[in-house]
Amino acid sequence: MSDTSNARKVGDVILKVDNISLRFGGVKALTDISFDVREHEIRAIIGPNGAGKSSMLNVINGVYRPQEGTITFHGKQRHDMDTHEAAEHGIARTFQNIALFTGMTVLDNIMTGRNLKIKSTFIEQAFWIGRARREEIENRKVVEEIIDFLQLQSVRKTPVSRLPYGIKKRVELARALAAEPTMLLLDEPMAGMNVEEKQDMCRFIIDTNEQFGTTIVLIEHDMGVVMDISDRVVVLDYGKKIGDGTPDEVRNNPDVITAYLGAH
Amino acid sequence: MSEKTASAAADTFPRLLLEHASVRGGSPALREKYLGIWQTWTWSETAAEVRAMAMGLHSLGFKRGDNLAIIGDNRPRLYMAFAAAQCLGGVAVPMYQDAVAAEMTFVLENANIQFAIVEDQEQVDKLLEARDTLPQIAHIIYEDPRGLRTYDAPGLTSLEALRELGSAHDKANPGLFDREVAVGKATDVSVMLYTSGTTGKPKGVCQSHEAFITAARGGVQFDRLTAADNVLSYLPMAWVGDHLFSYAQALVSGFTVNCPESGETVMTDLREIGPTYYFAPPRIFENVLTNVTIRMEDASRIKRSLYERFMKIAKRHGSDILDGKPVSFTNRMLYALGNVLVYGPLKNTLGMSRIRVAYTAGAAIGPDLFRFFRSIGINLKQLYGSTETCAYVCLQPDGEIKFDSVGKAAPGVEVKLADNGEVLVRGAMVLKEYYKRPDATAESIDANGYFHTGDAGVFDTDGHLRIIDRAKDVGHLSTGAMFAPNYIENKLKFFSHIGEAVCFGHDKDHVVAFINIDLTAVGNWAERRNIVYSGYIDLAGKDEVYGLIKDCVEQVNAELATEGELSHSQIERFLILHKQLDPDDDELTRTRKVRRGFIAEKYAPLLDALFNGGTVQHIETQVKFEDGRTGSIAADVKIADAKKFPAVAKVAA
Repeated sequence: MSDTSNARKVGDVILKVDNISLRFGGVKALTDISFDVREHEIRAIIGPNGAGKSSMLNVINGVYRPQEGTITFHGKQRHDMDTHEAAEHGIARTFQNIALFTGMTVLDNIMTGRNLKIKSTFIEQAFWIGRARREEIENRKVVEEIIDFLQLQSVRKTPVSRLPYGIKKRVELARALAAEPTMLLLDEPMAGMNVEEKQDMCRFIIDTNEQFGTTIVLIEHDMGVVMDISDRVVVLDYGKKIGDGTPDEVRNNPDVITAYLGAH
Repeated sequence: MSEKTASAAADTFPRLLLEHASVRGGSPALREKYLGIWQTWTWSETAAEVRAMAMGLHSLGFKRGDNLAIIGDNRPRLYMAFAAAQCLGGVAVPMYQDAVAAEMTFVLENANIQFAIVEDQEQVDKLLEARDTLPQIAHIIYEDPRGLRTYDAPGLTSLEALRELGSAHDKANPGLFDREVAVGKATDVSVMLYTSGTTGKPKGVCQSHEAFITAARGGVQFDRLTAADNVLSYLPMAWVGDHLFSYAQALVSGFTVNCPESGETVMTDLREIGPTYYFAPPRIFENVLTNVTIRMEDASRIKRSLYERFMKIAKRHGSDILDGKPVSFTNRMLYALGNVLVYGPLKNTLGMSRIRVAYTAGAAIGPDLFRFFRSIGINLKQLYGSTETCAYVCLQPDGEIKFDSVGKAAPGVEVKLADNGEVLVRGAMVLKEYYKRPDATAESIDANGYFHTGDAGVFDTDGHLRIIDRAKDVGHLSTGAMFAPNYIENKLKFFSHIGEAVCFGHDKDHVVAFINIDLTAVGNWAERRNIVYSGYIDLAGKDEVYGLIKDCVEQVNAELATEGELSHSQIERFLILHKQLDPDDDELTRTRKVRRGFIAEKYAPLLDALFNGGTVQHIETQVKFEDGRTGSIAADVKIADAKKFPAVAKVAA
């Protein structure tokens, strides 16, 4: 969170996927998908259920290996991504189904997001000597800044299992931010939330983008939210890309209307 | 004057601040929890920041007599903003931070605000919105820059930038700051607090340095507060109580003001700070007690029985021990044991272990609630005051605590009663004037300098003032006896089974009451007795429920019988209303005060039956549902008689 000078200004392409195809046996999850993500932008991926949105995210951060296609990240072209490599290059994500350590406090959960930044050894940590102490203080400071940023002060020491759903989602975002990512993948950050929680979450996503310049790729169902906060939108349907452009362009794309909006 | 609080020479807030900076420069003045750690500003750091802020304001053109709006949660830098404005001879105008832009417009316009220091984006947005109609708002200074980096409005500055401006301005104009502080007079207006305005538009109450310093000195001496004390300030800064406790008294005695991390963390912060001096309105004490009760019900059997056993001992002897009254050795030992096992840990959990003095005011506090806190050894007291009197008229002295009085006239305050029972106050703490409202000023301050509070009260035999009602609500029975409806209603509402009560009797020969049962409490009571009911109307009409409420009413009558003049206004007949009074139906105000006149008209047939001796009355009432539809409900409402008690010879003064 140290670099706050990134005023929001959409920059060059930092991630590009070309002709990605992903199959599970005979099921074609993704077919020949290409799009790019520019630095500092909010990029949305939308589509009906089963369109391949989550698969697409999983390809980007290396959980799935596509059978065809290439991923270019920060100028380096590769066939697939490795989860570790993705994390080290500053890609963080949240999950559609909350994946937190439910028995641990909010603070400890967010601290786990700092895992990659810890260089001290197991022994040093066990005895609280050498780098361990200094690192813990530094990491705690970053985490406290995130707690302040996402207004989680009142639940800092509360075990996650006791929190309401909307707050858990926020804790997930906090943990992802703790890694100080340059790119944040959000898998349905607003699913199942009430109107107020959605508004809060929107605010936090926009603030993250503005304050830290974090590039954001998000999957979302709520069309209102998507059209409001994203700079550009990719539309998937049955694993194929059927639209790509600004919210207005997508809204007026006849294919999108038939496939997605028309269904309403 | 207790030894080293502040010399009498420091007669304005800026001078008090500078004196603390030189006398106890290294002691903590303000604390705030930020990033999970309590950050401290010492008195000298505070004085330096205030100086930079003041000079920054000066360089932007803020001059003597200007008003500075201050909007936000309790934050150290916002408290400093008060002093910064006052250093330049300006007036601090704190405003309620949760008001929407439209509500703020009136005050912003009335006070002709050109400068505002606000907390964050939320407040900036509101001021920018207000600026559309009020272009005079030239400078908006914000503390927290989050979300504001893309804003490009003219006159929008960060507090950081203001301080830098100020430091440069200070260097360029040596001696300017000291000259400005030296020019300030004790009689200058230091702060303007707007009254909430339940009737009509809000009025700006102008208070001088002298008024608040007098009130603060009085309170500090009365409760022997020192620089070592700690308070947690979490009530709105625009409210007179917070200004007295967290600003004026802090500057007079030099104690430390602690600001919570956020509104939701107050209870945790309270525990961490362990204040020695504490203020809360009754509803906060009520929440605390409810939480304790609920958590004890969930506790294990051993803990629960320990708690119950020792709370009985506390109830019997706790208050007496606190008041220094004689208590037998055995009971003292039992109480000491209870303190180790129950009261001590309980107070620690609540963050109340170190409280030496706690005050409550603003509304009537239930006797059980009041006694609970006193019995576990928390020196909870009541006070009486208003915005116009710097929240300083009466205080309860240690050892002379009564739950139904607000104590004796505070040092330096003259209190007397007008013929109609209205409380009149004279002293340095009375307001200078209402801002731009000479008519209102003339109406409330009489030729002899007495401020008319609008509250009706009586003095009891020990010289304690008891506030009974708003003066305009106090009526007389046709027999001439005083009738204070609100006073009786409050007594009724202290029973958990009674949700709302409305009393009538002005110009009649006896008093009657409409009662709303509390659906949760009475519903619970009914379930335990296997009384079947389908909803509010059904339950309200049950004979058993009438019996239950009758007991409550008769207890109130028994209490009234002991209260001299008020013994004549015992309740003769009552009924339980067939619907719950609701703000949506205009029966209550939004702050849940009963609108007696409206209710009397709406339920006129019921009222007639009460006064004319009927036993059952049919009524049909319109109701508004939450989705905006209207409907009507009809019911036959029963009327019951209550026993009255002969007046007991314990005459009030």
